[in-house]
Amino acid sequence: MTSSRTWPRVLVLALVTGVVLLPFLWMLRLAFTPEGEAVSGVGFLPDDPTLDNFATAVQTADLGQAFANSTIVTVVAVAVNCVVPVIAGYAFAHLPFPGSKVAFYALISTVAIPVSVTLIPLFLMAKNFPLAGGNDLLGRGGSGLLDSVGGLLLPYLVGTMNIFLSRQYFAGLDKGFGEAARIDGAGELRIFFSVYLPLARPLLALVAVFSFTGVWDDFLWPLVTSTSARSTTVQLAITTFASSGDVKYGALMAATILVSLPVMVVFLLNQRSFIAGLSEGGIKG
Amino acid sequence: MLFVLPAALYVVIFQLGPVLYGLVLSFSEYSPIKRSGPEFIGLDNYRALLDDPEFGRALLVTGRYVLQVLPFTVVIALVLAMLCNRSFRGVGFFRTAMYVPHIVSLTAVSMIWLWIYSDNGVVNELLGLFGLPEQRWLADEDAALNAASAMRVWKALGSNMVLLLAGLQTVPRDLYEAARVDGANAWRQFLAVTLPGLRPMLTYVLAMDIIYLAQGFSEIFVLTQGGPYGSTTTVNYLIYTEAFQYNQMGSASAMAFVLFAFIAGLSVIAIRFSQGRKA
Repeated sequence: MTSSRTWPRVLVLALVTGVVLLPFLWMLRLAFTPEGEAVSGVGFLPDDPTLDNFATAVQTADLGQAFANSTIVTVVAVAVNCVVPVIAGYAFAHLPFPGSKVAFYALISTVAIPVSVTLIPLFLMAKNFPLAGGNDLLGRGGSGLLDSVGGLLLPYLVGTMNIFLSRQYFAGLDKGFGEAARIDGAGELRIFFSVYLPLARPLLALVAVFSFTGVWDDFLWPLVTSTSARSTTVQLAITTFASSGDVKYGALMAATILVSLPVMVVFLLNQRSFIAGLSEGGIKG
Repeated sequence: MLFVLPAALYVVIFQLGPVLYGLVLSFSEYSPIKRSGPEFIGLDNYRALLDDPEFGRALLVTGRYVLQVLPFTVVIALVLAMLCNRSFRGVGFFRTAMYVPHIVSLTAVSMIWLWIYSDNGVVNELLGLFGLPEQRWLADEDAALNAASAMRVWKALGSNMVLLLAGLQTVPRDLYEAARVDGANAWRQFLAVTLPGLRPMLTYVLAMDIIYLAQGFSEIFVLTQGGPYGSTTTVNYLIYTEAFQYNQMGSASAMAFVLFAFIAGLSVIAIRFSQGRKA
C-alpha cells in the first residue's frame, strides 16, 4: 500500500477524530474560563485561564464526600471481584462437578437481564436488610442499607461477566500444571493460588478495569439508594450540580473533569489489555 | 464446588432472587410507604399497562430511540473500522481518541452535551455564525429526542469501531486474495468476504447496542428529565418515576418485565437480520 493511498484515509479519520474530541476540548476550555465570560466555540485557549471553577465545584457539590464514598465502594468492589468470581471461573474451567455446566449457564444468564428488572427488588432488599440501619431481625422498622456505603456496594460485589471471563481465561491454560502439583500432594486451594493465579495477571487486570469503571460510573443504583450527602457518589454529585436552578457551566465542567479523571487514568494505564480484552470478550460472548 | 459457592450464592441472592421477587411484585399492588405488604392482584398491572397512554408512548419513544441511533452507530463505526484496518502511522492514536467518549461515563458526557445544547451553547453559536436562528434543543418537543440520539451516536462510535475492527482482523487475508483472482471488485469483496466474516461480531454489536440503548436513562435524566411533555420519557425513565416518585413498585415492576420482553424481541430480530445476511 502506497502512502498516496493512505492519505484520504488519514484525512477522514482525522476529521472524525476532531469531531469526537471537540466536545472534550470545549469542556476543558469552559472549565478554565472565568465564570460569566462568554465562551467562544472558535478559539480554544481562554484569555486568562483560572482555577476558580474547580474551587467552586469542590465547595458547592459535596464532591469531597462523593469522592470518598465512590473510592471506598470502588476499591472494595474491585477487590472482591478479583477473588470471588475469578476463583469460581477457575473451578468451572478446571474442577468440574456434577451439574457445573448447568450452574454455569444459570449464573451467566443473569447478564441478559435489564437493570430495571432487578432495580426495584434490590432497592426493597436493601431497605429491608436485617439488622442494618435500625432494622430488626426481620428487616423492619428502619431504613436498612439505604443511604449507606454498604447499600451502595450491594449489587457490585460479584460481576457475572467476571465469572464468564475467568472461566474462558482458565480454560485456555494447561490443566497439566495442576495435575503435576496434585501428584506432589498440593491442595486445591494451594494449586489455585500458587500455580494458576500467578498466570492470570492479564485476567486480573481486565477484571479490575471493568469493575472499576462499572462501579465508578454507575448512576441509577446510587440515584435510588442514596438520599443524602452521607452516601452520595461522584456521578450523583455532578448531576445535583446541574439540576440546581441556575447552572454554573464552568464549575459543572470542572466537576465533570475531576469525576472523569480517575477512569481516564485507569484506562490509559491499561489501554492495551482493556481494548484487547474487550474485543476478545466480544468475539466469545 | 466450594470454590463456586460464594459467587453462586451471591448471584442467586442478589441477581436471580431479585428477578423472581420482581416477577411476584409485578403481579402485586405495592407501595413501600404503606404499612401493608404487597397485595396479589394477578394480571391487573399488565392489563392496566395496555390502556396506559403514557406507557405506550414511552415504548414508542424507546423504540424510536433505538431505531434511529442504531443504524448510525453501526454503519459509521464499520466504515471507521475498515479505515483503521491497515497499519499506518498514527492509527493507534485514532483508535484511542475515538474510544474516549466510551470510557467517560454517560452521566459525565451528558453534562458536556447539556452545555453544548444549552441556549448559549456551541450548537447555537455555530448556527449564529451562519446566520441561522437559535433553537432550544432540549426544550423543543421535536428536537429533544434527536438531540439525545446524536449524543448517543457520538458516544457509541468508538467502542463499536474497536469491536468491529477486532472482527475484521479475524477475516482471513487469503480470502480477499482469492476473491481478487476471481475478479471481484471492492464492493463484491465487501459483500462476499468482509460481511460474512464479520457476522458474529456484527451480531454481537447489534445486540449489545440494542440492550444498552433500550435501557436509556442517565442521559435522559441529565438532559431533559423526560420532557418536554414526555417526548423523551423512555420506558426506563418511566419505571424510575413510577417506582421512586409515585411509589408504585408493582406496576413499575410490570413495566420492567415488558421492557425485558421488548429488548429480547428486538435482539432476536437483530440477530435474525444479521444472520440472514449470509452472502
